[in-house]
Amino acid sequence: MKVIGQLERSLAVAKKDLLVYFLKGPTLIFGLLLPSFLFIAFAIGRDLSVEFLMPGLLGMTVFFTTSAVGPVIAPWETRMRTFERLVSSPIAFWGIILGDVIASSAFGLFITVIVLTLGALVEGVGIITGYLVVATVLSSFCFSSLGLMLSSHPTSDPSRIMMLSTLIKFPLFLISGVFIPLSEMTSARFISMLSPLTYYVDLARLSIEGTGYLNPGLNVVALALWGSAFFAIAVLLHEKNLDKRF
Amino acid sequence: MIEVTQLTKVFDTTRAVDAVSFTVSREEIFGLLGPNGAGKTTTIRMLTGILKPTEGHARIGGYDIQEHPLEAKQLMGIVPEMANAYVDLSPWRNLLLMGELYGIPRKEREKKAGSLIDLFALSEKMHHRVRTLSKGMHQRVTVAMALMNTAQVLLLDEPTSGLDVESARLIRDIIRTSREEGTAVLLTTHNLQEADELCSRIAIMNHGKIMAVERPENLKRAIKCSTSVEVAFAQEVGEHEVWFESVNRVERKGDRLRLYTEAPELVIPLVVDYSRSTQNLILSLSTIGPDLEDVFLQVTGGGQ
Ligand SMILES: Nc1ncnc2c1ncn2[C@@H]1O[C@H](COP(=O)(O)OP(=O)(O)OP(=O)(O)O)[C@@H](O)[C@H]1O
Ligand SMILES: [Mg+2]
Repeated sequence: MKVIGQLERSLAVAKKDLLVYFLKGPTLIFGLLLPSFLFIAFAIGRDLSVEFLMPGLLGMTVFFTTSAVGPVIAPWETRMRTFERLVSSPIAFWGIILGDVIASSAFGLFITVIVLTLGALVEGVGIITGYLVVATVLSSFCFSSLGLMLSSHPTSDPSRIMMLSTLIKFPLFLISGVFIPLSEMTSARFISMLSPLTYYVDLARLSIEGTGYLNPGLNVVALALWGSAFFAIAVLLHEKNLDKRF
Repeated sequence: MIEVTQLTKVFDTTRAVDAVSFTVSREEIFGLLGPNGAGKTTTIRMLTGILKPTEGHARIGGYDIQEHPLEAKQLMGIVPEMANAYVDLSPWRNLLLMGELYGIPRKEREKKAGSLIDLFALSEKMHHRVRTLSKGMHQRVTVAMALMNTAQVLLLDEPTSGLDVESARLIRDIIRTSREEGTAVLLTTHNLQEADELCSRIAIMNHGKIMAVERPENLKRAIKCSTSVEVAFAQEVGEHEVWFESVNRVERKGDRLRLYTEAPELVIPLVVDYSRSTQNLILSLSTIGPDLEDVFLQVTGGGQ
């Protein structure tokens, strides 16, 4: 079966996801408010420059918006009994997951672009470098796949998945270099390397502050590797658990 | 078009489907008839590729569903049991989504969706979210979704359940038309009349096994033999006293007597006459339709 045809079908799944799960008032408002809250919580009472805050804020925005809605799709479709038909139609299983990832990424990117635009208005468009664009796109793929991976547990109860994904996402968020730049860490740096978010924030610092800690190429490769791993595991786990959804 | 060999599915301890084999050819409507839990849905789910068989194989148009799932699925149109359309999308969007998933080019899918909307009398609600439709309309949308793909094989799991008489008839007509156009149809139902009316062969399934594959004529006979008139008298009556002409057998069910007959319309007046002549009041009187279990016994030779 031709790959192009399968990709078109993934886009159909992504379109469905956007219409059904993402482009809803509450979801959009949540997506837009989230970065503002994070920003306030992060910046309040501290005398920090916007250059310093911006990379962390972008990191949080990409991380939380791309992984917020994706995880509820599978349990929700199981509960609403729409999953059976989707799986019985001639789309490869990776194609369904890819569609969900595309929709999650598109949603996260949309919000991130708004944050980035606001940042650029304050800081000047100079902050948007090629690296930042590549990093943001790669990260959306990576974190969306993470979200999808976490939804592979075959439940029809979205709240259980939300709980599970929060349990996994927060540690990844806390150990990343969002609050403290890698250059200022000591031994914690190695733990930090375990979180894919670290590589994104480092690239964002390079773009906005002018200096990163790691080699930018390495950051890009790390994001791509984490993303591919999450995606592959998401497809495998979902496929393995499929029997238990019906 | 559909070849099923020794298909088996074991869930933990239950053998939901147990070494089932059958074939359905082009221009044939094959019925799977059985009581709750017989394994009909599980059989269909293995054919649609969402459950992995524990043993055995299923081929659709020559493609093994496990080895070549995409090719096999491309040939099918499916109404899953208790399936839903996306309730936040309109019937129109649901149909287009199916068209996209089956890789139908844009022009063609819009045309097809339009004609299905007309066929299923959904045009008034075509742009309303499915959430706001009645249950029967929703069911019509899910059947229409199965028909977006010009399928060579239709798998329908209780397609008419929950529909009013008219909608059920509409769907039966559509199933018949598809058959005439060369489609192989596999359908499950609890409804004896429906199976009788549509199917050219009917597999009677129970406890995961196919007990018998019958032509509708044989089923009709079984249906007739298992119709009964149930009556309760004010005073106790012996079984032999109501063994009227054209009653095949009498059974006591609690305080009622069940008179098995092929002609309830002849037995009822006899019961009433009996009540008059013996001054024994009738407390209740009803005709009981064919019971699936009874029909199984008849068909599989356990009865008589
Ligand atoms: N996912 C599952 N896990 C465990 N057991 C299951 C599962 N699905 C079905 N079963 C069992 O398999 C058997 C057959 O179920 P199935 O749904 O195929 O019956 P059916 O003939 O479709 O019944 P109905 O007429 O009620 O739709 C039942 O005993 C059921 O409990
Ligand atoms: Mg069933």
